[in-house]
Amino acid sequence: MANNYQGDFGSVITSRTSFIDEIINLARKSSIFYLLFGLACCGIELMQTGGPRADIDRFGSVPRATPRQSDLMIVAGTLTYKMAERCRLLYEQMAEPKYVISMGSCASCGGLFQYAYSVCKGVDKLVPVDIYVPGCPPRPEALTEGLMRVQDKIIRERWFSDRQKVGQPKPSLGVDYQV
Amino acid sequence: MTFEEIREKLAAKFGERIGALAPANKDSWLVVPAADIVEICRFMKDELAFDCLMNLSAIDWPKRNQIEVVYHLWSYSKLHSFILKVQLDRAKPEVASVEPVWKAADWLEREQYDLLGVNFTGHPDLRRIMMPDDWVGHPLLKDYKEQASWHNISTTRENSLEAYVRLDEFLKKAAEKKEQPS
Repeated sequence: MANNYQGDFGSVITSRTSFIDEIINLARKSSIFYLLFGLACCGIELMQTGGPRADIDRFGSVPRATPRQSDLMIVAGTLTYKMAERCRLLYEQMAEPKYVISMGSCASCGGLFQYAYSVCKGVDKLVPVDIYVPGCPPRPEALTEGLMRVQDKIIRERWFSDRQKVGQPKPSLGVDYQV
Repeated sequence: MTFEEIREKLAAKFGERIGALAPANKDSWLVVPAADIVEICRFMKDELAFDCLMNLSAIDWPKRNQIEVVYHLWSYSKLHSFILKVQLDRAKPEVASVEPVWKAADWLEREQYDLLGVNFTGHPDLRRIMMPDDWVGHPLLKDYKEQASWHNISTTRENSLEAYVRLDEFLKKAAEKKEQPS
């Protein structure tokens, strides 16, 4: 039953991964390096999450300053159209497998600023988003929860399968994402 | 100095080109000819000690067919302020840049160029500042219509309730597709 990730979206993959997959996934989920990508006030909470109180390092997650070393992009804050192109560029520079957390209302849908002329209405219009963390801004606990959901996602994956089929749009609330 | 004293000094220098102060509840302003704005600003900076351009904004008046550019001036040394306005044609808003007088005008004028399309002649680097360089239209004009998409990013977002219905149907269809081959 070699279903790929794309075919099983939204449902829990109940079949057991192979033993070697489990070992690899355990290593992967315990070393999620996230890209420092604070765009607005959510960036402050992102720093707090990396700080001593919430300490996301407990989950093996440490910040990286370059997309080429990152596994996870946490889009923290209001995304303007000017930044949107840079955001897509950074996403494309990350090596597969890569994950995206949309942190806060602004990154998820434009939030408070969605009627502004310069604000992009959600980061899922550019890149496929794995986890949406609601809040304005979300507390560090909420972001930690989001990271744990990414870990849940990783542990269920088969290592050698395609994560995303090229040409098939990933279903999301953003309408126009295409690989 | 009060507003009226400043206006009198300007009138003494520029004569008939300076009109009366506009009556206002709080801060009154002075409408000056657009052609003279740099000359007047330089006089105000050099002679009346207006060393700070606090704000430079613009207003769109579609019914009057005008775009007004507003200059808020402030003097740190004398602690007085003044407001200048120039009125431009809405079809072709063009005024000389005051960037040579106050460096602060650089980005402020870029902002007004970006949002209202006011063309500041003589500005050293008149580019958009908030919107991307290839954006179409000026967002703060009253008759502005946002383009439907930009670089394959749509500029609208559907109601999330409707989106969930759509997503639900998508999932149902995908489930049917999955069942059919087996």
